[in-house]
This record gives sequence, C-alpha cells and structure tokens, in this order.
Amino acid sequence: MSDALIAAVGRPWRKPPLVQRKWLRWTLMAGLIAYIIAAVMTIEVNWSRVYEGLERGKQFVLAFTSPDFTARSSDIWEGMLESIIMTVAASVVGIAISIPIALGAARNVAPLPVYLICRGIIAVSRALQEIIVAILLVAIFGFGPLAGFLTLSFATIGFLSKLLAEDIESMDRAQAEAIRASGARWTQWINYGVQPQVMPRLIGLSMYRLDINFRESAILGLVGAGGIGATLNTAFDRYEYDTAAAILIIIIVIVMGLEYLSGIIRARVQ
Amino acid sequence: MLRLEKLVKTYKTGDQALRAVDLEVPEGQVLALIGPSGAGKSTLIRCINRLVEPTSGKVYLGQTELTGLSSSALRRERRRMGMIFQEYALVERLTVMENVLSGRLGYVGFWRSFTRRFPQADVDEAFRLLDRVGLLEMADKRADELSGGQRQRVGICRALIQNPALLLVDEPTASLDPKTSRQIMRLICELCAERGLAAIINIHDVALAQMFVQRVIGLRFGAIEFDGPPEALTSDVLTTIYGEEDWEATIAKVDEDDAEIEASQ
Repeated sequence: MSDALIAAVGRPWRKPPLVQRKWLRWTLMAGLIAYIIAAVMTIEVNWSRVYEGLERGKQFVLAFTSPDFTARSSDIWEGMLESIIMTVAASVVGIAISIPIALGAARNVAPLPVYLICRGIIAVSRALQEIIVAILLVAIFGFGPLAGFLTLSFATIGFLSKLLAEDIESMDRAQAEAIRASGARWTQWINYGVQPQVMPRLIGLSMYRLDINFRESAILGLVGAGGIGATLNTAFDRYEYDTAAAILIIIIVIVMGLEYLSGIIRARVQ
Repeated sequence: MLRLEKLVKTYKTGDQALRAVDLEVPEGQVLALIGPSGAGKSTLIRCINRLVEPTSGKVYLGQTELTGLSSSALRRERRRMGMIFQEYALVERLTVMENVLSGRLGYVGFWRSFTRRFPQADVDEAFRLLDRVGLLEMADKRADELSGGQRQRVGICRALIQNPALLLVDEPTASLDPKTSRQIMRLICELCAERGLAAIINIHDVALAQMFVQRVIGLRFGAIEFDGPPEALTSDVLTTIYGEEDWEATIAKVDEDDAEIEASQ
C-alpha cells in the first residue's frame, strides 16, 4: 500500500460542495434568504378585491359544468372553421419556407454567408413574439384571419428552421460523406444523404408545430387576428361564461386529439 | 494508374497528417495501407478523392490531376473512384436498392434520382451486383435491417456500380467478426481481380492484410515507412511501423488461424 492510500483509508468521504469557499457559500445562502423575505413583503394584495373576485371566478369555473354549445353554435362553428383553415394553411406555408432556410442555417451544409443570412432570419422570427407580430399585421392588413395566417407562418419559420437545422447539424457525417464520394451533385447529396436522416424529425416537428399553431390561433383572436379566439373574446366580453367554456372545451379536445395523432405518426416514422 | 506526388495534409489544428507522401499504384494492384491509429491512413485515401482537401502535392488518376479540379470536374472524377467505408456508411433509412443505386448519382440527373427512376441498365446492374454478393432478395429491405456483414456487402455494391477504376477502402472490416472480416476481404479482392480494379485498403488487421493483398504500405506519422510484399513484413518491420511489441505472436497466429478456417470449410 502506498502512503497516499494508507492516509486515505478510514477517512470519510463526502461530495465536494458546489461553492468551494466557505464564506462565499454562507454569504450566498444568507443573500438568498434575505431576497425571499424581501420579495414576499413587496407583494400587495387587496383582500377585499380578491373576495369580490372569488365570486366571478366561481361562476367561470362553474360554467364548465354547464357549457353551452348551442346558443352561439353558428359563431363557434364559424370561428372554429376559420381557426382550422388558418392553422393548416399557416403550417403548410411555414413548413415549406422553413425547409430551405433550415438547410441554409446548418453549418455543415451551407457556406458561411448563406448560413449567416438564414440564422439572421431565424433570429428575427424568434425574437418577435407572436402577439406583437399579430398586432402589427392586424394594423397593416386589418382585422381577420389573413393577419393570423401570416403571423403563424412567420412564427413557424423561426421554430421549425432552428430545430431542423440543429438536427441537420447533428446528422451522421459518414452517411452523407458516402453519397458525396459517389460524385453526387449538391441537390442529390441533400436528397440521398441528408433528407433520409432528418425526415423523422421533420415530420415530428411539423406535427408539433401544427398543434402549437392551433393553440396560438385561439390567442391571436384576442388581438383581432380572426379565428376561434375572436369568438372566445366576444363571449368573455358578454360575460357568457358558458359559451366561453364550450369553446375552451372544444379547443382542449382538438389539441389533445392532435397530440394523440402526432404521437401515433411519430411512432410510425421511426 | 494512380500517382501521388509529395502529398501533404496539415490540419487547421497544426497536426501534420501527411508529410510529402509519394506513391504509385499500377493498374489492377490491390494494396494494403497499415499503420497505427493517427498515422494518416484515412486522411491519405480521403485526400485522393478530396473528401479531405490536401494542403499541397499532386494526385494523378490516369492522366488527370485531381487537386486542381473545379467542383464539377471533381464530381466527374469521383465517379471513377469507388469508396467503401468503415462501419459501412449506408444511408440507413433508405432501402438496399436505393443505397446501391446511389452509386450512380454521378451519372444521372437530379430529377431522375429524385423520383428514383434510374435507367434500366443501372437497375439491371444493381440486381446483378446484389446477386453477386448474395443479397438479391434483400433489395427492398431497409439498410438498417441488415447485419454488419450484409451492410458492408451493400457498401461494396454501391462502390462497384460506379464502374470505378480504383477502389478506396477505409477499414472495411472494423466492427466485423473475424470470419465475416475474411469473407469481406476475400470478396473485395476477388471483385478487384474480376474487374481489374486497383484498390487501396486501409486496414488495422496486419494478419488479414498479409493474407489477401499483393503489396503492403506501412505508414507512421504521415510518412511511408515500409513498402513491399506481405511476406517482407517481419517483426522488425512491424516495430518500425507500430513501435516495440512482441510481434511473433501476431504473425504466427496468421498461419494457425488460416489452417483452422481451411479445415472448417
């Protein structure tokens, strides 16, 4: 046995602390507790207002026990149809535009200038929040589903291009290299060497985005970009909680249906 | 047929993978490239078809000098160099047939390949090759359903359907069991003989190389240390290539193994 081992045997072992210096560790700890106390003390609650509000909250929740699908059924139906059309159209257009941008934004496929431009487009699309884009587009194109469609297409580009580009960047190089070695041109290389590798991810992401776009379409209505959100907003404005509850239930069912469908599709394409 | 002149590759990290390699491979010669990991074997064969860009030096395939070619001229020349990869490098989600036909991509236009409507002659040749390697009934299977040995045979078909003049073979038997390794090496060497192809085979297994090839090149630190027939690979030579180790066991084992395999067949 070496001297180092003799010294080590019999000594208890504990995981080294995250912060090595003892005084710094205690200072951080004390600071955290002080922050929590200070933060809690700054919360101002008007308890009488909460008491009044509880009643309204109760009505809202109770409305779910008696959702009213019939009173405004034609409004709900129209809004829902508009939302679905908006979602599907925006997803198709957004995905179609995303694919070339994703190729451009993958460093192992695109040359540097193209890469920078495509990453720039993605950054802009991701930086602008959907609601803000929707407000801008409603200002330009007026109220209605066109603004919603454009907003969702724009948001899809940032989401799908980024994630697809990352998948392209992490693909198996050997498979792509083998295609290149055969003398394939760039387009053939993409079609044979890259596309098969990223196809399951592309399909999975597309399904996921379809699901997100539908949920977003309900929100966008609140700023006037058409769809079921507009109907929902109207129902709230009129304090028709039972109609609002019916709309929310339909949205939940559709989102869950899409989730289930995308699960099946993703399992199939593996 | 293939001539390398003062081929140098220095990676961006400053690693000198190849130091002025001169090499001439005559028509129809099968050559094994041995050497320790990091000696530059993979870099050497990738510099020939420019999957790795050489830093300086010249590569002549027949009369054509490859290092100065434009990208479209390079594509045409790559068709004459079939490549077989370590761990097969099949596109796993494509069918066996698509993988084999991908060897023809240099010859067909984009739309033909995109719609998978290859000329009948190419399809016939693909079936002939698959039959030759015993995988005809696997044509419509997906590549990832195949075993290692089967995948490498598909890789061989993909290289041969290019109708190449030269095969570049990178560790064809890595991750295969000893018996399959021999079958694959035997198949490559037989096909080279049938078609009069020259081949450069990177290989770790010295004994396997000795069994099948006509000429062995030993690479160490990016320079050629040995160039001669397989019989000339003595333990002294292996020591200069790989460093000090007891080589007698490695070389002696070859004959025993061989006898064993012959006996079992």
